[in-house]
Amino acid sequence: MNAQLQPTGSAYFISKEVAKPEKHTLSVLVDNEPGVLARVIGLFSGRGYNIDSLTVSETEHEKHLSRITIVTSATPQVLDQIRHQLERIVPVHRVVDMTIAAAEYGHDRPLERELALVKVAGTGDARVEALRLAEAFRANVIDANTGHFVFELTGRVSKIEQFIAIMKPLGLVEVCRTGVAALNRGPEGM
Amino acid sequence: MVVQALKDNGVRHIFGYPGGAVLPIYDEIFQQEDVEHILVRHEQGAGHAAEGYARSTGKAGVMLVTSGPGATNAVTALQDALMDSIPLVCITGQVPTALIGSDAFQECDTVGITRPCTKHNWLVKDVNQLAAVLHEAFHIATTGRPGPVVVDIPKDIQFAIGMYTPPQTAPRTSYQPKIQGDLEQIKAAVALMAQARKPVIYSGGGVINSGPEASHLLRDLVELTGFPITSTLMGLGAYPASGAAWLGMLGMHGTYEANMVMHDCDVMVCIGARFDDRITGRLDAFSPHSRKIHIDIDPSSINKNVHVDVPILGDVGRVLEDMVRLWRATVKADKKALAPWWEQIEKWRARDSLAYKPNDDVIMPQYAVQRLYELTKHRKTFVTTEVGQHQMWAAQHFGFEEPNRWMTSGGLGTMGYGLPAALGVQIAHPDALVIDIAGDASVQMTMQEMSTAVQYEAPIKIFILNNQHMGMVRQWQQLLHGNRLSHSYTEAMPDFVLMAQAYGCHGIRCDKPGDLDDAIREMLEVDKPVLFDCRVAALANCFPMIPSGKAHNEMLLPDEASDEAVANAIDAKGRALV
Repeated sequence: MNAQLQPTGSAYFISKEVAKPEKHTLSVLVDNEPGVLARVIGLFSGRGYNIDSLTVSETEHEKHLSRITIVTSATPQVLDQIRHQLERIVPVHRVVDMTIAAAEYGHDRPLERELALVKVAGTGDARVEALRLAEAFRANVIDANTGHFVFELTGRVSKIEQFIAIMKPLGLVEVCRTGVAALNRGPEGM
Repeated sequence: MVVQALKDNGVRHIFGYPGGAVLPIYDEIFQQEDVEHILVRHEQGAGHAAEGYARSTGKAGVMLVTSGPGATNAVTALQDALMDSIPLVCITGQVPTALIGSDAFQECDTVGITRPCTKHNWLVKDVNQLAAVLHEAFHIATTGRPGPVVVDIPKDIQFAIGMYTPPQTAPRTSYQPKIQGDLEQIKAAVALMAQARKPVIYSGGGVINSGPEASHLLRDLVELTGFPITSTLMGLGAYPASGAAWLGMLGMHGTYEANMVMHDCDVMVCIGARFDDRITGRLDAFSPHSRKIHIDIDPSSINKNVHVDVPILGDVGRVLEDMVRLWRATVKADKKALAPWWEQIEKWRARDSLAYKPNDDVIMPQYAVQRLYELTKHRKTFVTTEVGQHQMWAAQHFGFEEPNRWMTSGGLGTMGYGLPAALGVQIAHPDALVIDIAGDASVQMTMQEMSTAVQYEAPIKIFILNNQHMGMVRQWQQLLHGNRLSHSYTEAMPDFVLMAQAYGCHGIRCDKPGDLDDAIREMLEVDKPVLFDCRVAALANCFPMIPSGKAHNEMLLPDEASDEAVANAIDAKGRALV
């Protein structure tokens, strides 16, 4: 009976992944045409890559170029694959691994910022505390009445994570985040 | 406008099937004679026929189908062309622009469905863009690493009148495939090759795609260096099977000598191949002692599965040209240094890994392929196959001397590829002999295209190795699943001879080895499509074979493949692989 239950063989040869995954930020310059974002994210889902964060907008209107910023986690070998696979997409102009580029310039990380809108509802001490903490985090109040605040906060991912965690017991209602925008330091473009 | 764009891109034949959303284009086709349309019986058939056409000519294959089911039926052929790098231009009709998104009759999201199975695709929403998009489609399909493209044209755009622009060579700036290899890298490769004592050249379909000149250069390189050469399934014919340096195909069902050479070599030159899992076997035991050179036009193929020491990005033909020139100029060939390596290779060759037990009563499938080869080798012969055991036997026992003569579904492994592909080849080469070496199961997947062959008087020869089973499935079940033959036996096999008569072509049956030669001669003499039902040994297995979880030097050879060895071929570790 055990023989029946044994896992069966396979036509494939699977070898274990040994390298450790790393978190990298990729900048992808693309022609802003219909379907281009679907091509990029379809590649990630189709080939089993991760997307931790994704930001996209047209950045050069006259050339119709959009810049997609993707934060992904993978082993160095897979990161290399992701870059090459992205470059194969016809409307993709350039792909730069910002994390590697930063290292080449001698920096720890690329400049990475995110914007978050955070809605907090409450009254009394909790409300005062929320406002006090928001000032400490340099968050702007962009909407408020006697029962709630909407804060606008920009900064590194870790700062936003921390702010949200602090707001949780103070009446956090909902959060909207833009995802990471990234540039490298220094005078050169990507 | 569509037909004009086809003409301007040098298209002579298209394969297609009409429907509501492409009627305006069909109306134009009706009113001209420059582009001949071949009416298939199923859109998948159109796709594989266009693939066979493309692979045998080196030009783009073109298919034309309607919206909805027409497009979805084309998907298998598109993915097949993507995996085997075949230039294929697929034009699909679409419901009128105003109805897109309304779940109209025969509507589907064609660009969405085909996005992952094409190199690129377009939905044309402005008639003034139509010509430019079609030209760009041909450019992208045929340049760089070739592949399939889809142009989806809504019906109102087909009716609309707009500006036609002729083809121009100013492609979009984001698409610039690298053709010329980096000279420093090529120098490094030549230096590495010159020092090699146990080298091997491992070539693939990229050599064929690069054009006939690349095959000539490959032969020059082998001649100059004295290196042994093996090839993937897709690369057969780039180096002649009768050549002295030829080791046979490598990989899962490759020859013993080819796989042993790959395992033991010190320098591996991979030319236009991609280290597929059917080639490498266990990755951590793949050619452990070699330095690897990899020539490929697609940067994502390099370092994908196997780490290489000298990557060269570029077109195989151009890189080989530089490589041959540099070798001639800088290396003083010392072929004697390779003598011990060749001695070792001869020992491996002597194992005769393709041997099988001859049988006087039953036709052995290997024997059938061998006889077919012997009786056709003096002619200009093109061979297509379906997928399975017969495909491997064809690759092992049919000698390919020229590139572009061998059409098979390698990457996707599409059963039902061979018959329509043979049709496409025959349309491109009306006077050549075109044989589909088929299996009884595969051939039934696209059997309807026999009707197309009869209509266009394409005398394709469908040589069915009929073993009543899905042979490769049965073999795996025997190896891996305790010989429990779950649904791999076809209980209700059609009578292929009667079927041939029903289609109005010629049917032949043969089940005795003694009658085989005469039957094959009959097949070759008939100037009609032929269905040849060759009844072969039902339970023959395809050896040699690298079982799961094993390395190149752990092959299962035919003379060792007793029932017990077969049952134990894959150990517990191999079984645990998902």
